Amino acid sequence: MIWVNVIIQGILVGGFYALFACGLSLMFGVLKVINLAHGDMAVVAAYVAVLLSPHLHIAMVWSFLIVVPIFGLLGYVLQRTLIQRSIDRDPFTTLLVTFGLSVIIENLLLELYTANGRTVNIGSIIAQSWHPGSIVYISYVSLVVLAAAVLVLAVLQLFLSKSRTGRLIRAVADDREAAQLSGANYKHIFGIAAAIAFATVALAGIAYGMMTQFAPTSGGVNLLFAFEAVVVGGIGSLWGTLVGGIALGVAQQFGAHVNPQYQVLAGNLLFLLVLAVRPQGLFGKKTALA
Amino acid sequence: MGDVLLDVRELTVHHGQLCAIDNVSFELNRGEVLTMIGANGAGKSTLLRTIAGLHHPTSGSIDFEGVDVTKWQPHKRVARGISLVPEGRRLFSTMTLEENLLVGAGQSKTGPFTVQRVYELFDWMPSRRKQRVWQLSGGEQQAVAIGRALVANPKVLLLDELSLGLAPIIVERIYALVPEIVAQGVSILIVEQDVAQGVTVADRVHCLLEGKTSLTGVPADLTSEQIDHAYFGADLTKISVPTEVSE
Repeated sequence: MIWVNVIIQGILVGGFYALFACGLSLMFGVLKVINLAHGDMAVVAAYVAVLLSPHLHIAMVWSFLIVVPIFGLLGYVLQRTLIQRSIDRDPFTTLLVTFGLSVIIENLLLELYTANGRTVNIGSIIAQSWHPGSIVYISYVSLVVLAAAVLVLAVLQLFLSKSRTGRLIRAVADDREAAQLSGANYKHIFGIAAAIAFATVALAGIAYGMMTQFAPTSGGVNLLFAFEAVVVGGIGSLWGTLVGGIALGVAQQFGAHVNPQYQVLAGNLLFLLVLAVRPQGLFGKKTALA
Repeated sequence: MGDVLLDVRELTVHHGQLCAIDNVSFELNRGEVLTMIGANGAGKSTLLRTIAGLHHPTSGSIDFEGVDVTKWQPHKRVARGISLVPEGRRLFSTMTLEENLLVGAGQSKTGPFTVQRVYELFDWMPSRRKQRVWQLSGGEQQAVAIGRALVANPKVLLLDELSLGLAPIIVERIYALVPEIVAQGVSILIVEQDVAQGVTVADRVHCLLEGKTSLTGVPADLTSEQIDHAYFGADLTKISVPTEVSE
């Protein structure tokens, strides 16, 4: 029964990792940009939720309804200005620019709001859980976050495979030049992909703030886990990212069960194992067309 | 004729230090098929890519229907009526045949070509429309690439090296479509290394040699010696072939 609990807790945290990582995967898959400020964007979103809610007289739990669209817009604007300009230079520049953004954001947050931890206050529900077995406790918040992750991934998958805009996003990801020759304005498509990425990471940031404390530097470690989830699942596969996130979560919970110090180590070992045995990830595809 | 659709004036294009196109001028009239021939590295593909907007010229201008499009982005040119079938086909490899065509039709103007019309043109397509394009043969992929450009309803179709990597019989079948496309009011600019194939379908021929125009004319007026000379930059009959290789 103890192992059942370990797996359940791993799946719960894995849902969060997948929610956090899907934007990173999209940015890399479509724009070929590794956004090193991805984690910091989540933290900023959590701060915005905490600071904005009192002014708008809404409960913090509903703040995502406002913060997520704001971040979608921010993603589009940031892509069309700063990120596009760095793409136009060369891929290395995008790394430097997003790394610079990350440093600026972390230090600005430290300066403005100190290093103290904060939470997105959702009231007494945070401590409540469902208790199906003798030692199995399923936190309602974690369950809602997992459900949100699955819902977001399902909607995103449907959008990419069925809608006209989704088809264009895939076309640009496949071959940017050929997409232009088919009439697509790739910079606009990039903007839409960035908007989706920023919106999902904002949701992930607020979810993180509900589940645990966050501080200005919380972005980095979550970015690492997001990277690992994407690589384990396979780049370019959304369901792969979910499976990768869950695999990472379960591995971490196993490690933590053996010894709390081994939590991160076990996740990293899984990541290295996948890289060594199946570099394209569990659901990744090798390029089919030469 | 005389109704100029595409007017390229004194075009010069550089790849870094290298001058790929050197002061080339030509016109394409409405309803005309113009074939650009030339050896590898003569600058033919660069010329087409520049007309499509993927390269920016160092100097010179490209007028389309009397409008200067020299600085336009590629997708704007597609909307205006310039479509390129790129060298190597460049299909969206993770997508199905139908999805490839739908992307091409996404920004389409109204015109004779729809996905349905392309399915009639290539009657094997409907039964395989759900297949991923990497499962298709080279010739079939080339057909999809042409279909993807046609559904945008271009006024001028730029065809880059259709014969590349295809069996001669397949190449012949693909070129057999040219008159059918022209009949729909589309002008065609062909770039081809396979001189015989390119010249057969052409109203006019334009030969490039190391980025410069080396010959222009109507196929009927040109002798094969003239074409050879313009293509290789030397009179082949006067080149002595060494019989022994010196140690």
